[in-house]
Amino acid sequence: MSETATPVAMVNVQVDGEWKQFPKGTRLIEACMKSGKFIPHYCYHPKLSTPGNCRMCLVETGRPKMTPDRQPVLGADGRPEIAWGPKPEISCAAEVAEGMGVRTSSPLVEECRKGVMEFLLINHPLDCPICDQAGECRLQEFSVEFGKGESRFREEKVKKPKRVDIGERIVLDDERCIMCSRCIRFMQEVAHDDVLGFLNRGSHTTLSVYPGKRLDNNYSLNTVDICPVGALTSKDFRFKMRVWFLKETQTIDVSCGTGCNIVIGSRENIVYRITPRENEEVNSCWMPDSHRMNFHYLHSDERLVSPLVKGEEAPSKWTRALAGAAEKLQGRDPAKTALIASARMTNEELFLARRLASALKIENFDVLLRPQKGDGFLISDDGNPNTGGAKLLGLATGKLSEIARRVESGEITALIVLGEDAVDCGISEGALKKLEALVFAGILANKTSPHASVVLPTSAWAEKRGTMINIKGRIQRLNQAIQPPGQARDDWEVLRDLVQAVGGSNGVYSIEEVFKVMASETPALQGLTISRVGDLGLQLSLPA
Amino acid sequence: MRAMTESLTRQADSLTPEFIAEADELVSHYPVSKRSASLPLLHLWQNHFGFIDDSAMEWIAARLDLTPVNIIELVTFYPWFRREQAGKTIIRVCRTLACALAGSYEVKDKFCQAVGLNPDCEHHGFGHAPPTTADGKFSVEFVECLASCGSAPVALINDDLVENIKTSEIPSLVESYK
Repeated sequence: MSETATPVAMVNVQVDGEWKQFPKGTRLIEACMKSGKFIPHYCYHPKLSTPGNCRMCLVETGRPKMTPDRQPVLGADGRPEIAWGPKPEISCAAEVAEGMGVRTSSPLVEECRKGVMEFLLINHPLDCPICDQAGECRLQEFSVEFGKGESRFREEKVKKPKRVDIGERIVLDDERCIMCSRCIRFMQEVAHDDVLGFLNRGSHTTLSVYPGKRLDNNYSLNTVDICPVGALTSKDFRFKMRVWFLKETQTIDVSCGTGCNIVIGSRENIVYRITPRENEEVNSCWMPDSHRMNFHYLHSDERLVSPLVKGEEAPSKWTRALAGAAEKLQGRDPAKTALIASARMTNEELFLARRLASALKIENFDVLLRPQKGDGFLISDDGNPNTGGAKLLGLATGKLSEIARRVESGEITALIVLGEDAVDCGISEGALKKLEALVFAGILANKTSPHASVVLPTSAWAEKRGTMINIKGRIQRLNQAIQPPGQARDDWEVLRDLVQAVGGSNGVYSIEEVFKVMASETPALQGLTISRVGDLGLQLSLPA
Repeated sequence: MRAMTESLTRQADSLTPEFIAEADELVSHYPVSKRSASLPLLHLWQNHFGFIDDSAMEWIAARLDLTPVNIIELVTFYPWFRREQAGKTIIRVCRTLACALAGSYEVKDKFCQAVGLNPDCEHHGFGHAPPTTADGKFSVEFVECLASCGSAPVALINDDLVENIKTSEIPSLVESYK
């Protein structure tokens, strides 16, 4: 065994006949899972306390046989001999101990699981065909894998409330509930808003909110994620799509500077739901409801779907629109031209925006900052997802109010607006109207787009790849879940073409190449590639 | 259910300084976790007001730094607690083994007849008061073991333990509580 002193004491545990080592304090269920032995469970959740009430994780356990002077009896292999317990034990509530043995799939364990499944299904309505959880229901999955396949229950099922409107975003079906209490514990331990509880405990145990109270917390939808059955369902998602049709894309949330890791569930270019993805360094297993629901605008009627050149036939062709934009921007006095970028753009886009400014010799550029009041948990004080990137790549200059003032006064006559509304930046529509050139790239029509000389429709965050740097300096990756609508194009391609049109070729043909060039010019990103950023991101050491 | 959520007066609005002092004293018994005072406070409240209304659960929760759902969980679990008014006299007939063998089901039926209640009326707790006569004088319910198996069948009438009950004595027994 290891001879060096370890900070945490390790204990030897025999898992299905094989001796392994685990840090002291590890929950037995976690030790089994780490050994590659799946233990079915409902109430246990790695981020919550252990009530031990579902009984699904029963395993056979044993402790070392002891001599009368309390020394372990060693077998021929030098390992302790194990005295197996006469009864099974729940592995979620047991901690590993020296010389412990566990059997995760013995006949007794299998018999226990069958029994527990039969009990859990006694009062279950078995309405799987119309249940929104179907396809990702632990009750279904474990019935197939560990259940008996038939019920001996011939009595009347207990009737409980159905379709209970317990919160703004959540519907509860009490008959489907298996009383695992994960939602109650989440609201107590993570959301710190203790509104859920079990009423009428006994045969009629009913999950409920206190009369007059609602499950309206901004983290309430996490209870839907951790509900192992179809008791808690999301009003926004239920009955919209069978989950097995959803394509899952690992990406990040862009609603604030936290950059919660998420999974987009989409089918045929429509996003149906967003769920949090575990990342210990960022959001654990959770995300705020406000951010989770912040995707419907992707399919809004206000999406810009084709390029436009003012005064010309609409819709325009991309080649014409890009050439038109270049014509408008080239040969101007750089002092009278400004560029407003967005800290909602990816690093790659910001890098190319910076290049565009250089090609036009523009020095007036900035991003719109969005300071906000965070919630002290997963909503950060920064409303932008990539302020870190804008700062690192030199786009955040603090000149925005100066730019706005000079647009208003007429000193600046040409403006490039990327992904923002100039009106939000303090520029009046009257001033926008008077501009000689206004090139706008974005995803939604806003107060700027009607005044633009050239409108370039681009892609939303779910429609493209790229990287962003969150408020803690962690670089994270966006992945493409769906295609952009109509003729909208990926932002980086539009920016590359603009740079090419105004300043000549720079020969980048993939987002990987953009990242490579950016990394080679940015010390903090040295040696990185998009694939090295990985699904969980990387902590950067950023200049102060 | 009668008056379970919509009572016109809030019990918590009529607390006396003496009651609050008594509650504080009970809480002081549990220096490690105030939550442990939940049940003592619920007993105090029900003894004082006869039942536990929503304002009571909210007051107790606030007093113990809990949320009301933590208290309603207890109130709906223990059949002793009720969220509505019961009769002035509550007759609790034991139905656990010794009493059941000694005829407690008949005893309960007789009590119901004597006070004028339907003997088939079922009661499961969950915050409901036991079946109560229309004049509000009597409630009759089954309870589990009253720890007096040697003198079965027994009943608890308010705080009086009545032992070796003979069905013939029930009408006069009820009469003495009218």
